[in-house]
Amino acid sequence: MSHIEINAEKLNIIKDICAQYDNRPSDVIHILHGVQGALGYLPMEVQEAIAKQLGIPVSRVYGIVTFYSFFTMEPKGEHPISICLGTACHVRGADQILEEFKRVLGIGVGQTTPDGKFSIDCLRCVGACGLAPVAMIGEKVYGRLTPNMVTGIIEEYN
Amino acid sequence: MATYNKHILVCGGSCCTSGNSAQIADNFKSTLAEKNLSNDVQVIQTGCFGLCDQGPVVKIMPDNTIYTHVKPNDVRRIVEEHIEGGKKVEDLLYVNPITGERVEDNKEPNKFHKKQIRIALRNCGVIDPENIKDYIAHDGYMALAKCLTEYTPEQVIEVVSASGLSGRGGAGFPTGKKWASSARAKADQKYVVCNADEGDPGAFMDRSILEGDPNSVLEAMAICGYAIGADKGLIYIRAEYPLAIERLKIAISQAEEMGLLGDNIMNSGFNFHIELRYGAGAFVCGEATALIHSMEGKRGEPTFKPPRTSEKGYNLKPTNVNNVETYANVPIIITKGAEWFSSIGTANSKGTKVFALAGKVNNVGLIEVPMGTTLREIIYEIGGGIKDNKKFKAVQTGGPSGGCLTERHLDIPIDYKSLTQAGSMMGSGGMVIMDESSCMVSIAKFYLDFTVPESCGKCTPCRIGNKRLYEMLDKITKGNGTMEDLEHLRNLSVVIKDTALCGLGQSSPNPILSTLDNFWDEYVEHVQDKKCRAGACKDLVQYEINPAVCVGCTACSRNCPVEAIKGELKKPHQIDNSICIKCGTCITKCKFNAIRIK
Repeated sequence: MSHIEINAEKLNIIKDICAQYDNRPSDVIHILHGVQGALGYLPMEVQEAIAKQLGIPVSRVYGIVTFYSFFTMEPKGEHPISICLGTACHVRGADQILEEFKRVLGIGVGQTTPDGKFSIDCLRCVGACGLAPVAMIGEKVYGRLTPNMVTGIIEEYN
Repeated sequence: MATYNKHILVCGGSCCTSGNSAQIADNFKSTLAEKNLSNDVQVIQTGCFGLCDQGPVVKIMPDNTIYTHVKPNDVRRIVEEHIEGGKKVEDLLYVNPITGERVEDNKEPNKFHKKQIRIALRNCGVIDPENIKDYIAHDGYMALAKCLTEYTPEQVIEVVSASGLSGRGGAGFPTGKKWASSARAKADQKYVVCNADEGDPGAFMDRSILEGDPNSVLEAMAICGYAIGADKGLIYIRAEYPLAIERLKIAISQAEEMGLLGDNIMNSGFNFHIELRYGAGAFVCGEATALIHSMEGKRGEPTFKPPRTSEKGYNLKPTNVNNVETYANVPIIITKGAEWFSSIGTANSKGTKVFALAGKVNNVGLIEVPMGTTLREIIYEIGGGIKDNKKFKAVQTGGPSGGCLTERHLDIPIDYKSLTQAGSMMGSGGMVIMDESSCMVSIAKFYLDFTVPESCGKCTPCRIGNKRLYEMLDKITKGNGTMEDLEHLRNLSVVIKDTALCGLGQSSPNPILSTLDNFWDEYVEHVQDKKCRAGACKDLVQYEINPAVCVGCTACSRNCPVEAIKGELKKPHQIDNSICIKCGTCITKCKFNAIRIK
């Protein structure tokens, strides 16, 4: 397996975050939240650096990253799109909204557009069931969606 | 100190925040400041009002005026016309969905509020969740003070037991019994854990409590700590709830500052510290043993019980785990007494239950009703009936662990026992209403689609069995199912329920079993007639324009996202079903009901 070195700047960010938790292995989930927040995603070399810092096998870090859906090993788009597929959104037509985003952007779930601008993910309930169906772009919530609103929403970011 | 003669309550729940309610609150503050009214009128951003689909919602007190669908640029009008002019802003007033009338004064409880009793939600939409003094002004931390000064730990447990409070996370285990078990366990260190990993899709009760009244949970955890002999509390919360996390952090630091959490609380010698632990998106972590492993920084995989978490939990120490809503009930039980609480509800379930009412119902929102309320009262009186005058088909309770109930279940008084007997369960409180446009086979498939990737993979029945169930349902919704599949579906469901390791697998087949029982005809139609009566299974339907009704207005063809509709202006249009993605846009756009599903 080829080994990718991580640059010093990123390594320092990782070390800082681990240090905030005194390099405690029991806080690895908090550390992963912090690192993903800072670097955007958790590729293998980042996981290795974290494991080394905490003094635990990288398999344990990898096991956690792949277990929890919040963590991602793929970079997300500049504007990550999350479609809520909770029950309330489902009965109000969330799958049609998802299909339309996929069609307009030409990418599937978990993928990023070639220009790196958008990525599509599905999430469980965001707890805004009163506005179903709901999608989030970055932190912004779009509610009461219909398929023909999708193109207009994407244009806001172009 | 300013004495306010009016209060403007701006809902800061999730739905309203998504509608920019923070900007609305800011605009009120700046507009009032500009008019020198800041000392007369107070702006408070509260937790959820419960009128979630009407958001953003603003309430003016003491006038009891509710304004709905408020936009940031409506603020000036409300201030000038209502606050200064004393005249209500007619076009923003809350519309009663049953009568269609605008309501000027909500003092007379309308049906939405009349059937409800707010215990767990008592402070949501009333107090400012970011100001502990507001909570204290509403008897906050009185219960903790009462426990520390008047009760022994045993007496606290007695009160909680006598109240009949049971676990609101879904299983309904008696809370007092759980506490007593942790109290009995001997150890040098014990923990109090709050399960705020609300994972059921379609449920937002815990989120609303944490966002609207975080201190009630902190206070209850401290009471529990005193009762079981723990000095450390942990809240396991979903990372997807940033607003709730923020408000909890504020509440914890304010409580510590005031000496209501921390060392030597109220000079009693009792210490209690609370920390947050973040989840990372794993439904199975709602299960107590999985939750504890996750808090320890491991994969959230469940383990065999016994030992129960009350004996060996976090770091192998006795740990009491309750959910948010359960804790939110505790302080008021202590202040008002066990007798008061147990007078509400049914013979075997006491108190109230919060439900997140969602789906095809007129009043979507957060409600709290006494145990024993019927589904009919919830759907038709509180919920205002089915949207667009369609026909009620099913109500789903209990999320992926629950089931779908029908018309004939509408009049059973709901409690833990009756819902389980009917083939569903109370669950954590998600309640999704479905009308005739929901296909019940697809709904069962939807839940399995959710459960399959959420299985932790540790036990075979759940990891492999659920996947096979999903494949069979997929086959049926695509028109390739056989009657034999229906039999396999039922048999495998029963086997998984009997053999899975934890609550996730033991309940994941419930949506299938309940729909097989209650909607057998629909399954048979899918298999034998290759027909989906709801028009939801795309492989079994085609869209068609009725040329006798179509006037050629072009609304459908202009809005079709894939240009599948062709036709000249003022002449009947046609749909090319080889291009059509069956998104339904044309149906919503057609004013003449010319498009039908066959």
